[in-house]
Amino acid sequence: MTASAPRDEFLRTLAGRYDGQIVVSVYTTCFEWMAIRPDALNYVAVGAMGQAGSHALGLALGRPDQEVWVFDGDGSLLMNLGSLVTLAGAKPKNLTHFVFQNGSYEANGRAPLPVSHAIDFAAMARAAGIADAQQFSRPEALDLWLSSRARKAGPTLVDLRVLASATSYPQRYDYIHSAQARDTFRNALKVIPQPGASHG
Amino acid sequence: MERDPNMPPPALHGKAIIQALKQTGVEFVLSVPDICTSEGLLRPIAQDPELRLVRVCKEDEGVSVCAALSFCDKRAVLLMQQTGLMDSANALRAIAVDYGNPVCMMIGLLGKEENALPAQSSRYGVRIIEPVLDVMGIRHMVMSSDQDIPACMQAIDEAYQRSQPLAILFGSNPQ
Repeated sequence: MTASAPRDEFLRTLAGRYDGQIVVSVYTTCFEWMAIRPDALNYVAVGAMGQAGSHALGLALGRPDQEVWVFDGDGSLLMNLGSLVTLAGAKPKNLTHFVFQNGSYEANGRAPLPVSHAIDFAAMARAAGIADAQQFSRPEALDLWLSSRARKAGPTLVDLRVLASATSYPQRYDYIHSAQARDTFRNALKVIPQPGASHG
Repeated sequence: MERDPNMPPPALHGKAIIQALKQTGVEFVLSVPDICTSEGLLRPIAQDPELRLVRVCKEDEGVSVCAALSFCDKRAVLLMQQTGLMDSANALRAIAVDYGNPVCMMIGLLGKEENALPAQSSRYGVRIIEPVLDVMGIRHMVMSSDQDIPACMQAIDEAYQRSQPLAILFGSNPQ
């Protein structure tokens, strides 16, 4: 399966199906998502490569009433592949892990991954114990899948074969590492009522 | 201060720790197994229906899970060995310290002599842990007996109130 569309087209497809999910995203994908779909429920404070899925797991466990999307990079996920096994063990139904595979460490100067061939993350996810693993190279196919997908059907991994975006987006490192970003998310999550929580 | 070698080591009971964690509002335990705490603490945690044990493959995953849970007003502890602390240095630097998240760790000290304080251990891998935590700016304390439990739980409470990380080092193995 070969990449045929830029990452921002996939992100616009996801934005079109967005329905209040918490979105945990990393680096280049994060900058593009913040521009395409700015929202207080964007969780941008992942801190280090390889950590996105783990932040998402914490959010999914802490707020099982919410859907959580992760927009990860291939280089990032490869730094903590074991997190797929952790995800399979924890079984959060409300977590979908999208991997944007472009074959390079784009935020670090576009240096290539150690291999030049595409990596079958969907097969890796299945081998880890995540039964629902998908793979798409066209935004239209992703859109079709999203349109028919039930909520809380996870955990799911979606391997997206993407090209680098042609458009340049602002690289807002200062924002993603800021207290403002964390406070914005925290306050947005706090006001979403939790089923069964007492109010008073 | 070194303990009197003629005195029996003070007792630290896993059940007392678990009870105190629950009273402090801890609902989640993230863990990579540690031989110092597996039997006396991790096993009873796994059997406790009031705690959600999440087994992670690598300790730095637990750092992020704890941080994210705090955004949901959920309290957690990360139970691991000091080797996992060292392996998680960058995640702790960024997510716990730079971001000021209440990541609370309970850390077994593999190789520490029973009556020695961590800094006095003859083992390099044990001796450096408190200085490493000092350099990173992470508050730390030692839990050696049941008498230490209340102060450690108060520190967990303060970690969440102040949104700061905390490391509790086991001075002896929980029974």
